[in-house]
Amino acid sequence: MRVSRLWTDARARGLVFQVLLLLGLAFVIAVIVVNTTENLQRAGLASGYGFLFDTAAFDINQRLIEYDSTSSYGRAFVVGGLNTILVAVLGIIAATGIGFIAGVLRLSNNYLISRIVAVYVEFTRNVPLLLQIIFWWIIMLTLPRVRDSISIGETVFLNNRGIRIPSPVFENGSSIIFLAIAAGLIGTIIVARWARARQDATGQRFPVGWVGLTVVVGLPLAVYFLLGRPIGLEAPVRGTFNLKGGGNVTPELTALWLALSTYTGAFISEIVRAGILSVSKGQTEAAGALGFRPGLTMRLITLPQALRVIIPPLTSQYLNLTKNSSLAVAIGYQDLVSIGDTILNQSGQALEVISIYMIVYLSLSLITSAFMNWYNARIALVER
Amino acid sequence: MSDERAFYRSQAEMLPPRPAPAATVGVVGWMRANLFSSYLNIALTLMSAGLLWVAVPPFLDWALFGADFSGATGADCTGDGACWAWLDQRIEQFLYGFYPAESYWRVNLAVILLVPALAYLLFDNLPYARYGRFFSVAYPVIAAVLLVGGFGLESVTTDKFGGFMLNLVAGLAGIVLSLPIGILLALGRRSRLPVVRILCVVFIEIFRGVPLITLLFVAIVILQLFLPPEVSLDQLIRVMIMITLFASAYMAEVIRGGLQAISQGQYEASQAMGLGYWQMMRLVVLPQALKISIPGIVNTFIGLFKDTTLVIIIGLFDILGQARLLQTNPEWIGEVDHETFLLAAVFFFVICFSMSRYSINLEKSLDTGRQ
Repeated sequence: MRVSRLWTDARARGLVFQVLLLLGLAFVIAVIVVNTTENLQRAGLASGYGFLFDTAAFDINQRLIEYDSTSSYGRAFVVGGLNTILVAVLGIIAATGIGFIAGVLRLSNNYLISRIVAVYVEFTRNVPLLLQIIFWWIIMLTLPRVRDSISIGETVFLNNRGIRIPSPVFENGSSIIFLAIAAGLIGTIIVARWARARQDATGQRFPVGWVGLTVVVGLPLAVYFLLGRPIGLEAPVRGTFNLKGGGNVTPELTALWLALSTYTGAFISEIVRAGILSVSKGQTEAAGALGFRPGLTMRLITLPQALRVIIPPLTSQYLNLTKNSSLAVAIGYQDLVSIGDTILNQSGQALEVISIYMIVYLSLSLITSAFMNWYNARIALVER
Repeated sequence: MSDERAFYRSQAEMLPPRPAPAATVGVVGWMRANLFSSYLNIALTLMSAGLLWVAVPPFLDWALFGADFSGATGADCTGDGACWAWLDQRIEQFLYGFYPAESYWRVNLAVILLVPALAYLLFDNLPYARYGRFFSVAYPVIAAVLLVGGFGLESVTTDKFGGFMLNLVAGLAGIVLSLPIGILLALGRRSRLPVVRILCVVFIEIFRGVPLITLLFVAIVILQLFLPPEVSLDQLIRVMIMITLFASAYMAEVIRGGLQAISQGQYEASQAMGLGYWQMMRLVVLPQALKISIPGIVNTFIGLFKDTTLVIIIGLFDILGQARLLQTNPEWIGEVDHETFLLAAVFFFVICFSMSRYSINLEKSLDTGRQ
């Protein structure tokens, strides 16, 4: 074999290039490893994840599970992760609602409302999210002091320490109500299957929607009153200096939630608008010619086709929202990144803390893309 | 059959056209069609009008009519409206950060030169286009020399950069660098060579999978660990590298979408013409793929420019940082919270909105293939 083949033959050239690339990469990694171990030794830092079991001597005021200053760093990370999930879930629900409403309204032939929605969408999309988060936070902090709380019907109170809302009180027997809700849902699914099978076989229709609504709402309500109302709402009341009772939503959580949901909502509204526009007008007209009423046309013809376009970018917006919630660190909402930052400053374990960030967010995005691939495969089967 | 005649009417001339019903033309017609066509529409119209009535006049009162425009400190802002008195003494800090005042002209010149540099890139029908293109390509170097110093200009360290200028510098550098890196990554992801492909996939997925903020932490905390102690990279440079790499991972996916849309026939035809890989990409595939990807590319640019505000979290004072500084300044505390942010928001809005409008127009004018 002649040496010149190494650069004249395409396959050999590719092989040589890849080997060189791997060697170069190995060299860079080796240099990094050597430098890092030297630097760590010089700084006197031990590497490894053992520090996760050490005591974290700081408080976290926003927490979903038990945590105090004697808990471990590992538990602090879990608290932070749960806070990230909390704001992400709340944000996703609100952003979806805002996005769908705004997307439909922007297509409305009402000039005034479509202009107003356009201004909202364009302004929110073109201003940095961080600015919006800090802005909402400042608004929350300039609310009146606790003593002069703004009250909404004496049940919800707004002040500069957050929003005080009624909190549910669970007494004996409340779990039965949740069981009733679950039973209602399962019953509805069974009825829906039976109704579809019957419609396929005989063409007779069955009002699944109304029956389902009655079962899902009615059953738990009946159980609720039969058991003597085991779930109550404890509303906050004004005390002499402070508000008593109820649950407090911190200004940081409120600000982050408002900013994330309005920002992502604007992006979702564009996705929804594009989705609806992607369904050709002929589909609506054909449905009308077949005798479908407008509501049915929307539900059975337009929406299923629009959702096929909407869902993939929608999931990536959900992922973006979750990743953007890490901006919480700017206003001190104690999410994963914010708590990790505190731990990093206390323990100095930079590599480990940042690797935990990366693992958590990477697994989130891998799960999302797995879902998207599954969904794409599913709708690809429906397509003919 | 004389009855049949009753159905016909013959006339030698056309009747003069009658005017359309008054309710369907002009202002009234427009309002009936666009505002009051149905009950739902009427309800929406009334709701929007109410919203505008509640929001717009108070906002104008606050921002303009009831605002204070002069004064030395926040205490001079006595009215109910906005306090714009800070603009007079602080706007320079807002725009230039801690850049030495006697050298502001260098920043201004860099911004002014940006106009022709951009114009020659964006528009085809300008005079002296050939020389203009050279200028556009050389612009980043010229701007860097102007801002940092050298060639007889006094040097200014990058920690003096701040305010909106910092956002512009970081954003422009990111935009200029992320496009070529993104193209290479996208090509690499579709390469036949498995090592290249896997490396590109891993790079893209990691950078797209984590929030930018964790990458900035990497730039600040970890990068120093990776380097030998005697090497120290400038903080701004490190941050700019991370923002650029982050944007190029997104750019790569946008361009990959464009590449996938190019039909196999284009590749086969180029190979049949005897073009090599790089010739095929440069002359045939990329021009078409980039054209399709323009909306996505501009969206990535907009995202990147907005993301430059994140530098505040790692302690650099961009326009948001300057706003926060002013808000906590004892002389202005409590008076300028909303005003500073409003101004910063307007700056970003103007730039990002023009970019998105430009991309929509370009998309329309380039949409030649589908007509």
